[in-house]
Amino acid sequence: MKSRENLIQFGLLITALSTIVIHLLIALFIFQEGLPIILRVGINEFVCGTHWSPQQGQFGIFPMIVGTAWITAGAILVSLPLSLSCAIYLSEFSTPKVRGTIKPIIELLAGIPSVVYGFMGMVILFPMIRNHLGGAGPSILSASIILGIMILPTITSIAIDSLQAVPYSYREGSLSLGATRWQTIRMAILPAAKSGILSGIILGIGRAVGETMAVIMISGNSVIIPNSLFDPARTLTANIALEMNYAVGDHRQALFATGIVLFITIMILNIIANVLSRRGVEK
Amino acid sequence: MLKPILLEKLVKKILFVGTAITVFILFFIIFYILKNGLAVIDMEFLLSSPKDLGRAGGIFPCIVGTIVLSLIAILIATPLGVGAAIYLTEYTRKGRLISIIRFFTECLSGIPSIIFGLFGFVLFVVYLGFGWSILSGGLTTAFMLLPTIIRTSEEAIKAVPDYYREVSLSLGGTKWQTIVKVVLPSALPGIATGIILGIARSIEETAVVIFTAGSVLHLPTSLFDSCRTMSVHFYILAREGISMENAYGTAAVLIITILLINMFAYWLMHRLIAKYS
Amino acid sequence: MEDKIVVKNLNLYFDTLAVLRSINLNIKANEILSIIGPANSGKTSFLRTLNRLNDLIPTARITGEVLLDGLDIYKKDLSLPWLRRKVGMVFALPVPLPRSIFENIVYGPRLNGVTNKLRLEELTEKTLKAAFLWDEVKDRLHTSGTKLSGGQQQRLCIARTLALEPEVILLDEPCSGLDPLSTSKIEEALYELKKQYTIVLVTNNTKQAARVGDNVAFFLMGDLIEYGSTEQIFTVPSDKRTEDYITGRFG
Repeated sequence: MKSRENLIQFGLLITALSTIVIHLLIALFIFQEGLPIILRVGINEFVCGTHWSPQQGQFGIFPMIVGTAWITAGAILVSLPLSLSCAIYLSEFSTPKVRGTIKPIIELLAGIPSVVYGFMGMVILFPMIRNHLGGAGPSILSASIILGIMILPTITSIAIDSLQAVPYSYREGSLSLGATRWQTIRMAILPAAKSGILSGIILGIGRAVGETMAVIMISGNSVIIPNSLFDPARTLTANIALEMNYAVGDHRQALFATGIVLFITIMILNIIANVLSRRGVEK
Repeated sequence: MLKPILLEKLVKKILFVGTAITVFILFFIIFYILKNGLAVIDMEFLLSSPKDLGRAGGIFPCIVGTIVLSLIAILIATPLGVGAAIYLTEYTRKGRLISIIRFFTECLSGIPSIIFGLFGFVLFVVYLGFGWSILSGGLTTAFMLLPTIIRTSEEAIKAVPDYYREVSLSLGGTKWQTIVKVVLPSALPGIATGIILGIARSIEETAVVIFTAGSVLHLPTSLFDSCRTMSVHFYILAREGISMENAYGTAAVLIITILLINMFAYWLMHRLIAKYS
Repeated sequence: MEDKIVVKNLNLYFDTLAVLRSINLNIKANEILSIIGPANSGKTSFLRTLNRLNDLIPTARITGEVLLDGLDIYKKDLSLPWLRRKVGMVFALPVPLPRSIFENIVYGPRLNGVTNKLRLEELTEKTLKAAFLWDEVKDRLHTSGTKLSGGQQQRLCIARTLALEPEVILLDEPCSGLDPLSTSKIEEALYELKKQYTIVLVTNNTKQAARVGDNVAFFLMGDLIEYGSTEQIFTVPSDKRTEDYITGRFG
């Protein structure tokens, strides 16, 4: 009886370790496939090189890094005003009933397939940009707008949870001192929820950096260092997805190496978010 | 300088507008896709094979591919995820190992699907020799779903009141009997919610699937066949401009499926909340 | 009468906090021992050391001995399910498992491997009768246990414990949430039950202790202050604090 219980506990421990194993396997395989070329080309040359032409053996992913940074920054700029409005409004100015209805609706945004977002960018945004701002359509601007919408639910949902986690006594305390609700939010609630909201934003950045299919459909994908919002750009993820089908040899390794850069970026973002959200809990 | 009261009113209006825009975007996307896609959907579209790369005909093989791939993913991710959740909640709630497991689970949920795709491609397609197949796709998707299922199951198990455990133990139940007979049945709606949301995620996923299951447009006959899921089919139709009409139709089927699944999940969640509060 | 349970020099800590200090107490077979004392005196914690339910609390630490028929229940490799079947427990809040009345009763026996339908049905009837609940529920054994009234639920929980065929029954303030009528039904049941079982009853209600207990132990702040027959404790308590408590001067 006892040994059976121990066996079960051991089995459960194995399942619990599965996420660690998978994580390490992912790291192992990506590094094993991609590291050789980075070492051969040189880290500096690979990360800061501006020429990507695999046929000529030139593997510089700097344009993709810049493209990813531009699009991610744009997405955050688009997303923040909307997601923070939603979070603050729903947490502080609405009734639990309204919150209970609207929050799942916003979370439903996360359920829409990313290819559908990309498609909406193609059929709605491109014509709008072409008609009103000029250019062809596929650009940093369109990718930023679509990605901004895509990361709305992530940020909103975490921000609402962080705001709701602020003890009710903070609100009562501040209001009873004669502050208006907005003053209370600004002076008491937002500072208390800061870490949580920040960790939500970091996770949103992570999602934007990692998004692939929608970005391919709307960012234009040219390997150039963009100069303006209306230039097309290629992200790290798009670089992998676009060329993987036909890549062989060094070229394939270079795509895995792009994956390494992506993986490390995401890990750093994850660790920051993790630390921030833990700090939020400790408070 | 505005008076505080006026400022508050202004802020409230601005925040309301922000919220309204967000909700509007969601409804607009759904409305737009359904408006253009519903007309395409009929029994023939759902039940016939595509012709001429998808320019004509239906999406039946894609529906089958999507269902089978999701099923495999869920069948693998559920025992692993629920097992992990049981271990994390019932056996040890604190300790170094637990926080390491938690950290990796969090990280895994942040890893972009394209990385999962690369990984699944090397491990299953190439290294284990499964080729582009439903099996490779299902396994890789399962790994991607794992964090979601662990997290929701953990929440659901934690929500089961401790006195149920005490009662079962005091009646001579072993720990495992208590978990199987009392804890899991009570947590079932919550666990099911996680599984259902996992199904939804596996249906949406495109990057992972295209790298591991390929995009062959035939009705799959074995787990080692390549398949094209609805998301992948839609992506190819839209991006390569093969047929806008059928792209809208496929998108509409996708959106309706996701909507129904999400609504069902929220309904289950509410049952769970109603049960314990 | 022989001693069913012997508690020797028992200390219980949660982290560094001492919850019980040097408890020495003998519980005789086929008696009702009532444990009285104000809130937070360690009464419930003491009860939970007798079936090792405190093991659920990660920070709990215990020293000393608890002997059941001479067997140390804290010895290594002791089967907890076996112990808990021998030492049944009824909680303060009636918590029927979310299943039918019948399923609640047979939960324990089934875990112990009893599968014979007839045997389970017999057991259900016997235990429900012993808990004075049979007449009220015999026609609806397959409806949910959670639909019963509070008093009925508590009697169901007693019946459920009886179905384990235990030797000792621990009751943790079983009447705290019940009306006087339900309380008297449970007390009546207890009075019958002590013929077969050893009963330890934690109660906040000194009058209840006086009504049903053979012996009384008075706990205060983790110490056992006084132990004696019900008659002695309620007429000539030897400790001033016991007297103060039972006359209602504090607690």
